[in-house]
Amino acid sequence: MVTLAPVEPDPVRPAAGGRRSGTGRLAALLVSPTLLVLGLVVAYPILSAIRLSLFQRNDGIDPETGLRLAGDRFVGLDNFTDMFTGDTASRFLNALGNTTSFTVVAVSIEVVIGVLMALVMHRAFRGRALVRAAILVPWAVPTAIAGLLWRWIFQADGVANDLLPGPPVLWTTDGAQAWFAVVIADTWKTAPFIGLLVLAGLQVISSEIYEAARLDGAGPWRTFFSITLPLVKPTLLVAVLFRVLDTLRMFDLPYTLIGPGKNATDTVTVLAFEEAVKFGKYGPASAYAVVLFIYVALVAFVFVRLLGADVFGRSR
Amino acid sequence: MVSSRLTVPRAVLAAALVFGVAACGSDSGGGAAPPGPAALDGVGPISLVTGKDTSGNLQNQVDEWNSAHPDQKVTVIELPEDADAQRQQMVQNAQTGSATYGVLNLDVVWTAEFAANQWITQLPDAEFPLDKLLPETVETGKYFKHLYAVPITSDGGLLYYRKDLLDAAGLKPPTTWAEMAQDCAKVLPSNPGVSCYAGQFEKYEGLTVNFSEAVNSAGGSVVGDDGKPTLNTDGARKGLQFLVDGVKSGEIPQKARTFKEEEGRRAFQAGELLFHRQWPYQYAKASATDGSSTVAGKFAVAPLPGLDGPGASSLGGHNYAISAFTKNKKTALEFIKYSASEDQQRKNLEKTSQAPTWAGLYDDQALVAKFPYLTVLKKSIENARKRPAVVKYQEVSQAIQDAAYAAMSGATPVDQALQSLQGKLETLTK
Repeated sequence: MVTLAPVEPDPVRPAAGGRRSGTGRLAALLVSPTLLVLGLVVAYPILSAIRLSLFQRNDGIDPETGLRLAGDRFVGLDNFTDMFTGDTASRFLNALGNTTSFTVVAVSIEVVIGVLMALVMHRAFRGRALVRAAILVPWAVPTAIAGLLWRWIFQADGVANDLLPGPPVLWTTDGAQAWFAVVIADTWKTAPFIGLLVLAGLQVISSEIYEAARLDGAGPWRTFFSITLPLVKPTLLVAVLFRVLDTLRMFDLPYTLIGPGKNATDTVTVLAFEEAVKFGKYGPASAYAVVLFIYVALVAFVFVRLLGADVFGRSR
Repeated sequence: MVSSRLTVPRAVLAAALVFGVAACGSDSGGGAAPPGPAALDGVGPISLVTGKDTSGNLQNQVDEWNSAHPDQKVTVIELPEDADAQRQQMVQNAQTGSATYGVLNLDVVWTAEFAANQWITQLPDAEFPLDKLLPETVETGKYFKHLYAVPITSDGGLLYYRKDLLDAAGLKPPTTWAEMAQDCAKVLPSNPGVSCYAGQFEKYEGLTVNFSEAVNSAGGSVVGDDGKPTLNTDGARKGLQFLVDGVKSGEIPQKARTFKEEEGRRAFQAGELLFHRQWPYQYAKASATDGSSTVAGKFAVAPLPGLDGPGASSLGGHNYAISAFTKNKKTALEFIKYSASEDQQRKNLEKTSQAPTWAGLYDDQALVAKFPYLTVLKKSIENARKRPAVVKYQEVSQAIQDAAYAAMSGATPVDQALQSLQGKLETLTK
């Protein structure tokens, strides 16, 4: 039997100037396969999408034969200017607004509910394992399937309308109710994710701190806001960052639950998908994707720099 | 996939290199080849690419062919049931120039796009018994007067109605929208829980079908014979007005705006609708006596009503075409001839109740006895209109859905919706 000794992580030694000259080259050699793979699956698609966003498919057909002109042409930044000033501007800006409003509202609700879930899961009581498992079920359901399940719930004669008083609400048509349907389904689906990460954060808080607080006479509210929240904040920020990035590229829920082409729920990714797959216009579609990429990168930057979300575990 | 599609001008190559991305595509997409039916040769195994075969008869057809042609075996490649997903996979296969797909089972509205992009091969008219097929269906396989696809199944909209309720009130099925409204006014008060009329009004291809039908049935058209949009006409306005007024007055129940085919079928089978615009497939399902349908034996079909008389359906159905990139085109051609033959179409109708394209089958007394809707269906198909045969069909359809959906929800007035649609279609069909 082979026993594997746990490998001690080699702490980064301060560069004391005694490094042998071959080390750097060896290190480069050792990480090069990783860099190569990253280059192939990360850098190449991004650069390729940027290049593609500068092209448009040749339009127009031969009036004699009806055949479509072949090839693509370089259009510079036209795809980008069209997005903000052209015919499709209203559609794009609307989608950008939806993407943003989904993110702000859904993630806010998810944070509140997720933290509550974590607090419940953290308490010791009979049946805790069952509660933990139950809370995590929605997170385990594939989003596209969840979208279809919620579509059944939100049908004209579905469960949601049965439970609600008054005339049936047409959730899956266009309008504010469709927007709410997506927020509800997204919250159901991903609040457990925040709950799970926050729970991990809660578990590392020493119980002594709580005892000390109790001895000092702090009530539950004071304890939560002065101890739990500050101590769990690093974990929570990372969870929120992940959720924000995730929601900014939301696709499956609006697409399966409400359907594409609805003003109230079209997100930028839905637009990009429709443009590329349905209309075969890869140029504008790539431009949408590039803008979204920049948007997501900016948000991530703000989170890491301004709010101090500790994604890389530097402070530990 | 995408980069191989690109023809990169030399000036841009430099830019591409700056990005560190080698333009790995060859110039395979460049230069339109001169049209004209190329010789279809190459014999050997091929594939038949089709949406999910819900009928269950396709494999029988293929097996019969395979046992007769052991050296030219046909393999069925099943794509998803959803039409958009089918089209997407066929397009991707074509864009990569892959020889995997042989015979393509195309929805009738895709012909123009596939032909204009030269993803499918032009077919020799003389090889097929086109004069024996319903002429309307043959038209759907043509693009710029050339044949690109051969109709295998057809589809036309029918008006399903509750015969029991109309009979009880002493009424005949309506031929105009006004008669339909009058019938509803007479029947509905004594039948609570039943709504007047529904079609497919969710925002998807079905709405394009229903909108076009309403416009055609009011004497208008979406796109004229010259390929130019004609939505600024009185017929178009009256057609859309019928749908909008229906929703406003409640003749079309609010929830019908969420109906695709299946939602509507469930409502009809639950006895919630007096009239229902639907495809022939509902006939068998609504006739089921296993308890899934409460209207079995209580309904019948009639041609769609219109503004001043019988309406005009949108034409549905599927055509077989040959992928431009497959090797064994001769075999593909022979297989299409085999599938379109009277014998195979008869078997297919008997097994699956799908509408055939062989005209003679509609007048076969034995078949009519078995499928009572055939006579009405033939009339529906003969009066049917094509949906716009344009290369950018997907974008045209999207624009139609935007306009019709906004008008039916009351967000946009009819005139404004049509005016903006006319403008969009003028750009798209330029």
